[in-house]
Amino acid sequence: MLKLMDICKTFNKGTVNEKTALNHLNLEVKDGDFITIIGSNGAGKSTMFNAICGGFYVDEGFVELDGQDITFLPEHKRAKYIGHLFQDPMKGTAPNMTIEENIAIAYLRTSTSQNAFLSRVSRKEKEQFRERLAVLNMGLEDRMKQPVGLLSGGQRQALTLLMATMVPPKLLLLDEHTAALDPATADKVLDLTKKIVKENHLSCLMITHNMHSALELGNRTLMMDSGRIILDIEGKERDGLTVDGLLEKFNTGAGKELDNDRILFSK
Amino acid sequence: MFITWALIQSALELGIIYGIIALALFLTYSMLNVCDLSTDGCYTMGAAAGAVVALAGHPFLALFAAMGTGILSGLVNAFLQTKMKVESMLAGIIVNTGLYTVNICIMGKSNLNMNTTETVFSMMKDLTKDTFLESYSKMIVALIFLVIIAILLALFLGTRLGLSIRATGNNIAMVKSSSINPAMTTTVGLCIGGAMTALAGCLLGEYQKSVDVNMGTGMVTVALASLIIGETIFGRKNIKVRIVGVIIGSCLYRVIVAIALRFNLPASALKLVSALIVAIAISIPAIKEIIALQKTKHAAMLRHRELYQKGGR
Repeated sequence: MLKLMDICKTFNKGTVNEKTALNHLNLEVKDGDFITIIGSNGAGKSTMFNAICGGFYVDEGFVELDGQDITFLPEHKRAKYIGHLFQDPMKGTAPNMTIEENIAIAYLRTSTSQNAFLSRVSRKEKEQFRERLAVLNMGLEDRMKQPVGLLSGGQRQALTLLMATMVPPKLLLLDEHTAALDPATADKVLDLTKKIVKENHLSCLMITHNMHSALELGNRTLMMDSGRIILDIEGKERDGLTVDGLLEKFNTGAGKELDNDRILFSK
Repeated sequence: MFITWALIQSALELGIIYGIIALALFLTYSMLNVCDLSTDGCYTMGAAAGAVVALAGHPFLALFAAMGTGILSGLVNAFLQTKMKVESMLAGIIVNTGLYTVNICIMGKSNLNMNTTETVFSMMKDLTKDTFLESYSKMIVALIFLVIIAILLALFLGTRLGLSIRATGNNIAMVKSSSINPAMTTTVGLCIGGAMTALAGCLLGEYQKSVDVNMGTGMVTVALASLIIGETIFGRKNIKVRIVGVIIGSCLYRVIVAIALRFNLPASALKLVSALIVAIAISIPAIKEIIALQKTKHAAMLRHRELYQKGGR
């Protein structure tokens, strides 16, 4: 469904700060894939996400979604098909607006006609929002009129997840979306992610620094280094893999030895 | 008498007309989070275009002509900000500077007189002739416009487009990921704001029966003062309360200025008075905080002294 073909992206070209973030990267995501992505800081994981969602235009290569070339489609147009969650819980919601208003904006993605812009959120829709919120099991359905800024990070992230999947996107990008949460809340948001992805049969890419979740979640794991995908495993090969095995593969894949105290992942 | 009803009345009339500009800034500054400094020029342009059309004998068409020019000004401003990536303040200043020449071109000279021209105010005066409403005719006209605009604005901010505009000022990343084009919301917001500002300019021109190319100078400060007075008094609760707050802020500001001018100040002092009021209004939250902190510190000091004396002896 998603194809990245020979993608290159260099930041600050021609200056001393030149950084090749994506280096002839190729990836094909199949329908219904749930892919976990690992790699050290600066490996190009988030940059790849930005290339997919349109945070910038790539220097070289093509991005294709469901057979449609979206390489030069602006970010807000791609957002119709691609949901994106960030590590920072503050990024996905408008803090000064109420929960209800936030959801109403996310819900806008359904409307295709222009005059829907001047429509108001109906009572029926509000009731629908309530039901959706109740699924989160965080009591947010009774706080619809409160500004989102009053919610905790975990609540905001759960709300963002709900908003991103309110209208099921074709593809969901999760950029370490549980990294800023405490372990218990992170688990809860992760469970919710699994549930929503499964129920809506979404294709999903998830960046994580947790090797356990990387192997446990999804059906395929990618490893990135220096703007390339150095490991792409699925099926039987992946099922039998342990965290140690994955680390070893990383070392051989990256073509460099990591000493133990420089291991960049939590086991 | 020091403060007469006539004084308050004319202050309120001005406050109501300027309230429309304050509402425009409420939309662009508070909601869209864009500092639109083209207000001065846009206001004068509305007055100029309105005056030209009113002088041609169409006092109502004048209002729409004014709004049209306001939308144009908003479009140019938005184009600079969204497509050319000019900093919002700078874009406003650029537009404002350019509008000075445009305004003189519209009028053909630097001021116009409408003493004998039919305006919406004179029409209302004729309509209410010999009734008890006659002396309030100006206020009635101004109020009608303000109320209509305030209601439309409140309704608009509840629509999906209105919500998108608010979200643009709040979290632009979230707007993009909801597949809304922030350039579009910014443009719509600035155009509506421009239309409101220009309409207020047109109304004021008809109200005072003259238009001068310099009439807009400092208007953005005045509108900002009204906005901030309103938001300081009424807080940032729901939209409807905030809109009412902004309107009351605008009237209050005019009354304060009217009273200040009674202290035998020359008319040229008006701008300094405006600046002072804005500075004070903006500082109030910070001053409150400082006072609260000093109180806490003082209480802590007393408690510390008490504990020390008990423990020490």
